[in-house]
Amino acid sequence: MQATDIANPNYFHKVVDCQWACPAHTPVPEYIRLIAHGRYDDAYMINWKSNVFPGVLGRTCDRPCEPACRRSRVEDESIVGGRKEPVAICRLKRVAADYKDDIDARLPRAPAEGNGKRIACIGGGPASLTVARDLAVLGYEVVVFDQDPKLGGMIRTQIPRFRLPESVIDEEVGYITGVGNIRFVHRRIESLKALLAEGYDAVFVGSGAPRGRELDIPGRKEGGANIHIGIDWLSSVSFGHTSKIGKRVIVLGGGNTAMDCCRTARRLGGEDVKVIVRSGFEEMKASPWEKEDAIAEDIPILNFLVPKSFTVEGGRLTGVVFETVKAEYDAKGRRKLVATGEPDQHVACDDVLVAVGQENAFPWIERDIGIEFDKWDMPKVAEATMASTHPKVFFGGDAAFGPKNIIWAVAHGHDAAISIHKRCMGEDIAARPAPGMNIVSQKMGIHEWSYDNDVSVAKRLKVPHRKKEEALSDIRAEVELGFDPELAFKEAQRCLNCDVQTVFTDNLCIECDACVDICPMDCITFTENGEEADLRQRLNAPALNLTQDLYLSGPLKTARVMVKDEDVCLHCGLCAERCPTGAWDMRKYYIEMTHAEHACTRR
Amino acid sequence: MTYVNKPKLHHPTLKKNAVGYTRRDYEGAISTLCAGCGHDSISAAIIQACWELSIEPHKVAKLSGIGCSSKAPTYFLGNSHGFNTVHGRMPSVLTGANLANRDLIYMGVSGDGDSASIGLGQFAHGMRRGVNMVYIVMNNGVYGLTKGQFSATADKGSKSKRGIANTDSPIDLAMLAITMGATFVARSFSGDKAQLVPLIKGAIRHEGAAILDVISPCVAFNNHAGSTKSYDYVREHNEAVNKLDVILGSEEITAEYAPGEATDVMQSDGSIIRLRKLAPGYDPSDKVAALKFIQEQEQAGEVATGLLYLDPTPQDLHASLNTVARPLAQLGEADLNPGSAALERINAALR
Repeated sequence: MQATDIANPNYFHKVVDCQWACPAHTPVPEYIRLIAHGRYDDAYMINWKSNVFPGVLGRTCDRPCEPACRRSRVEDESIVGGRKEPVAICRLKRVAADYKDDIDARLPRAPAEGNGKRIACIGGGPASLTVARDLAVLGYEVVVFDQDPKLGGMIRTQIPRFRLPESVIDEEVGYITGVGNIRFVHRRIESLKALLAEGYDAVFVGSGAPRGRELDIPGRKEGGANIHIGIDWLSSVSFGHTSKIGKRVIVLGGGNTAMDCCRTARRLGGEDVKVIVRSGFEEMKASPWEKEDAIAEDIPILNFLVPKSFTVEGGRLTGVVFETVKAEYDAKGRRKLVATGEPDQHVACDDVLVAVGQENAFPWIERDIGIEFDKWDMPKVAEATMASTHPKVFFGGDAAFGPKNIIWAVAHGHDAAISIHKRCMGEDIAARPAPGMNIVSQKMGIHEWSYDNDVSVAKRLKVPHRKKEEALSDIRAEVELGFDPELAFKEAQRCLNCDVQTVFTDNLCIECDACVDICPMDCITFTENGEEADLRQRLNAPALNLTQDLYLSGPLKTARVMVKDEDVCLHCGLCAERCPTGAWDMRKYYIEMTHAEHACTRR
Repeated sequence: MTYVNKPKLHHPTLKKNAVGYTRRDYEGAISTLCAGCGHDSISAAIIQACWELSIEPHKVAKLSGIGCSSKAPTYFLGNSHGFNTVHGRMPSVLTGANLANRDLIYMGVSGDGDSASIGLGQFAHGMRRGVNMVYIVMNNGVYGLTKGQFSATADKGSKSKRGIANTDSPIDLAMLAITMGATFVARSFSGDKAQLVPLIKGAIRHEGAAILDVISPCVAFNNHAGSTKSYDYVREHNEAVNKLDVILGSEEITAEYAPGEATDVMQSDGSIIRLRKLAPGYDPSDKVAALKFIQEQEQAGEVATGLLYLDPTPQDLHASLNTVARPLAQLGEADLNPGSAALERINAALR
């Protein structure tokens, strides 16, 4: 096996599992340390730069970082008295947003003199707003179009207020428009051709996946007055057009929209609200914590029931008929839902909310203007650049590759902004900027490090919730109360500081074994080199997690190599502390994505 | 921030042994020895050996004298008995403890200063008496605690950190132990756990005086060019006479050897020591040949390591004294005091 090239920014970036998993690659451990220090402003700014909506995401993110968190691989069930849990990264982010001071002075402003380029963003959601922010600071004039009267897109229309107060949306949208040179136009774009004719230098399409999927089964038309499409209904509630629902409500669908629908229904008069899903409980698309929150509000989730028809009496919806199914798997492991043969069930209700998926819709994009569509009628979009086949048109967010989530939309926005900037400056958009890397040794003294290397064994803390009666009585009352600074500190201490890397310099090593002896996780082995698969088996502890790299040194004096399994390293620094020659050092790798601002060789 | 405790977390695949403990359960406090000290590697080897042998920690007594080496027992087997004695007097305290309670495993931990200088007499007599113990010398050739003066095991002509050559002849503790009657004599190197761990296991299972002279580089004062106890020097001049595996009765024998390649020696407790010869013709049961071989290697500037001498069926101190099988410490007053009538009888017999 070849010696590891640690000069490649991706090597240590990958060790920071949370940051690597985050689509926007937010430097998570750095801001968690700042939260532990009470430096909320600094923590907020790191987030703001990277993910644009820290307050919104700290409440609503899908948190791809958390399942990736190393903590969930190293905890000891017998110490925490339960399963291994990641650090509550998402809710720590919220702490930075909740407890920061006025950060207005730290936000960038558009230059007084623009660069003369005009950009149009279609849709006022997270992807467009990211593009607008990244480009406005460079002197672009950005116009954002949206069909709704306020900016925010799905953040504002689809996420219920009890999960995300409007004040947070207004604040963070305000930070973006506050940059200057960003104009909001309340207008629905009906023709891309016409918009292009207005002479923009580039157009960004961030129009989301605005169409809720229909459920075309018998009775849909007859009972239509009481059958609502989930995202449209949520939007209508959000803008105050809908304020009540029947007592008995069925929500069809198992995603996060379904969870938002059922919990909203509970607050608008729904007393007997049920979620009914085709699949099993585990396969549901909704995040586990959203399912938990729904169940905690007395909403049962019924699984393996496929809706067959709506029943209507006297022109009024009376219920839904379901077929009972079970999951069967074929030889290839593909799931198929087959009827069990049990008699169909009728579930009575007053209203039905259909939340069975979202679709893209581009009736407003003419097919003869140079934008190619694929066989699923989706525009062809290049993954790294977000470019369409039209040189001036870029896509991002749900409009690019179908429904994902806010953090992906932000990541797309950053990438699209880089491409737009490069294209406008006449550079090659395929040449993507490398991430920035700032490396600092953490050594302060013989046994002193500038990070807290004492590993906490505390179990994951729960975010306090508002009392159920109180929460259900007011649709605007936020259910989660957030960590207070004391809880935040305790939770922040659980972070392993995976960005403080164990860096090995082979020509300093005297092979004394001190690091091997002290390592609590048996990560380090000195052995003869070999093929990776063979090496993984003969380490002091087998390296069975193939998604995690082996860190291999060059040959040492005895011709052996040092092999470190990155998988369960606690980053406690004891190897470096026990190293007599400084062959091991703990170095913080601050890895930050390069955004549009520094992507071009000229401005 | 200073020292942090070693985190309690461990690798998810960490195994438990036959008595239900993980290797981590055999650890002690975090070491305060210098970073890179060979002694810490020896501690780790002791931990590994005790875990592999499934020894119950409360059945081990660790005794030590004074010195860097004698601090080491704090850093392993944190749940065992420990006694830090006066400088050089560990062998006699260990002998007394062994006489009082023969049921424990005795581990004497000492250094070249503690055993070859101030405690040389104690060392020799402990070996002579055949006390059932594992005597581990962490041998670095210098007095580390007093900043690196040559100790009595430093080779003649080897250089101190400041470049001054040693003019005194060295004491070879392994040869001395063989001469004094020790029945399991080995030499090893802290930087070679593959060799050291089985030697410690074999010594623990040996029912007599077992000594391990372990060369353990002092990173602070004796790891420079010109030293003969540095990592580099020992690696270059290490002449292992054999390799061994310790096999307990219940264990499956997995390694296969060609006939004549390995010899099995059964110790008095039933454990088997499987020896693979590395030096042609070396026979660890031949005391005279062993002494000659070690001497020859020394003359040639090489360090003979491995199991140097073994008498698999030794007679230990308890056998010599014909003590009862039950530990003296567990005998009641009635067992120990036969009463005045018995005294009268003895007195009468002497009149």
